[in-house]
Amino acid sequence: MNRINQKLQADKKLLSIYFTAGYPQLTDTVSIIQNLEKSGIDMVEIGLPFSDPLADGPTIQASSTQALKNGMTTETLFNQLKDIRKTVSIPLIIMGYFNPILQFGVEAFCKKCQEVGIDGLIIPDLPVDVYNDNYKSIFEKYSLVNVFLITPQTSEKRIQFIDSISNGFIYMVSSASVTGSQTGFGNDQLAYFKRIETMKLKSPQIIGFGISTNETFNQAIKYAKGAIIGSAFIKHLKHEGVSNIDRFVKQIRP
Amino acid sequence: MTYNINEKGYYGEFGGAYIPEMLYPNVEELRLKYLEVMAEPDFQTEFKALLKNYVGRPSPLYFAKRLSEKYNTKIYLKREDLNHTGAHKINNTIGQILMAQRLGKKRIIAETGAGQHGVATATVCALMGLECIVYMGEIDIARQAPNVARMQMLGAKVIPASSGSKTLKDATNEAIRDWINNPVDTHYIIGSVVGPHPYPDMVARFQAIVSEEIKWQLQEQEGNPNPDYVIACVGGGSNAAGAYYHFLEDTNVKLIAVEAAGKGVNSGESAATSSLGKIGIIHGSKTLLMQSKDGQITEPYSISAGLDYPGVGPLHAHLFQSGRAEFIAITDDEAMEAGLELCQLEGIIPAIETAHALAIFKEKPFQPNDIVVLSLSGRGDKDLSTYNNYFNI
Repeated sequence: MNRINQKLQADKKLLSIYFTAGYPQLTDTVSIIQNLEKSGIDMVEIGLPFSDPLADGPTIQASSTQALKNGMTTETLFNQLKDIRKTVSIPLIIMGYFNPILQFGVEAFCKKCQEVGIDGLIIPDLPVDVYNDNYKSIFEKYSLVNVFLITPQTSEKRIQFIDSISNGFIYMVSSASVTGSQTGFGNDQLAYFKRIETMKLKSPQIIGFGISTNETFNQAIKYAKGAIIGSAFIKHLKHEGVSNIDRFVKQIRP
Repeated sequence: MTYNINEKGYYGEFGGAYIPEMLYPNVEELRLKYLEVMAEPDFQTEFKALLKNYVGRPSPLYFAKRLSEKYNTKIYLKREDLNHTGAHKINNTIGQILMAQRLGKKRIIAETGAGQHGVATATVCALMGLECIVYMGEIDIARQAPNVARMQMLGAKVIPASSGSKTLKDATNEAIRDWINNPVDTHYIIGSVVGPHPYPDMVARFQAIVSEEIKWQLQEQEGNPNPDYVIACVGGGSNAAGAYYHFLEDTNVKLIAVEAAGKGVNSGESAATSSLGKIGIIHGSKTLLMQSKDGQITEPYSISAGLDYPGVGPLHAHLFQSGRAEFIAITDDEAMEAGLELCQLEGIIPAIETAHALAIFKEKPFQPNDIVVLSLSGRGDKDLSTYNNYFNI
């Protein structure tokens, strides 16, 4: 069974962390992943940097720009990850925009993912219908979980459809926003979390966007299987580099 | 072979809607409604009345006698430069503001490069009393100060895009991010035939008035609605889409698309997407775009801010790949000379974008009996300082 599905079956709430590969230094990737696992993180999303990240706010944009300046490429990332499974056992997901994957070749990319031990992909600008018509069989051939997003504006019918074709978890975007743009959850968001919870979807949900503190993490896991932190961790890396990752994680989940 | 869009939103293999889920409800709403809204008699009446009484349409189809003599062929100029706000851009913003009203939107966002589309958007927002926010790259704000002032006078808020290269591509990214953050009350008026489906088709339909008029104007003047050639410059490609639209399926009419070669196609400073681009995804559309081998979008260069875009609309990618249109790249220098030549032969100061299309007459010979229609997409007032600096006038 895929590591993601195993983890989703565990009787605990999950904390997942996103970071941009190649940031702050080109060669920090492996060390960041190892430190996150040591700190008790359940799952890691490795960001493949892109020049034009449409769904991201300034924090992740800036980290992507820096990572590209540092020389990060798709090939470099796979080289860095080639021995990752010798030291790391938690699920690893690559999150990236579609164009760099398309240029690498979708099948070649999926094959490489399987070789180095990547368990799933999040590609925000790969639409559900295009995935279903053209790429689903390739993802399955290389045992990759594909993760789709839903938002407060996603219709119930579309959520049911996304649930039906999901083979891992659903990434629940907490509000209509780009990443890193909010500081807490309001009543509208909590109502949305409740609404999704009562839909009793087959796929567990993990909430992302807007989680940066112990308080927001606890709010999210009240309604969902877990939560994802991105921009807040990038800010930590900006100020402290790869040091004190454990302290950052303990602030979120003591 | 068809050159129009198919029911899935593709021109051949180009197009589609490669957007994050956060944008799906807005784009889907537009996809489901745009054709229906445009077909409403009340919409058509209002659209046509504004084009006539506010924009000043029909724009003249002018036989350029001295230019024709010089190049020994028959050249007609479609005078989009005479429209209100000085370019073809307003045809689209009039259409989209009426669309936004019918979708119940209260807030309008737009991207702009040189500022022409920003001005055209600010204009229609003032006309309709809607809030207007225009994203513009920091670098473009600095080099297009008069248009920034115009937008501000018209009541728009101009927000600098300070990410990435700080030009048009980044202004577009920022506008898309704004739309993600404001998913209910906001309509995004894209300025060209780019972006996710249905934008390329919707914008092309609003600009199609240009070729609709060419047909009857040419019938009046030449006794035949079809020219031998239609020539237009292409950045994203909206003026070309409008000038080609009613000729697309009539392959006797040859189409020529003029791109900006910048300092030369292979100089590393160019915006000739058809020569330098590869298929990929930019701003929600599968099309040809300039990119590194890793799929990072690269920076284009052109002396003309309106052609300075690393992609091209999916219709044009299809016209290029299928051979329906001939693509020619014109350098900064060739364009500037052609712009000056039009001033001196015809008393018309063209936008530098348009000057690229005009430069074709030195590149490509036409027959004396050929009827050549060139889309004079914009006027050159906004470019006076660039012309002055270039020629030391």
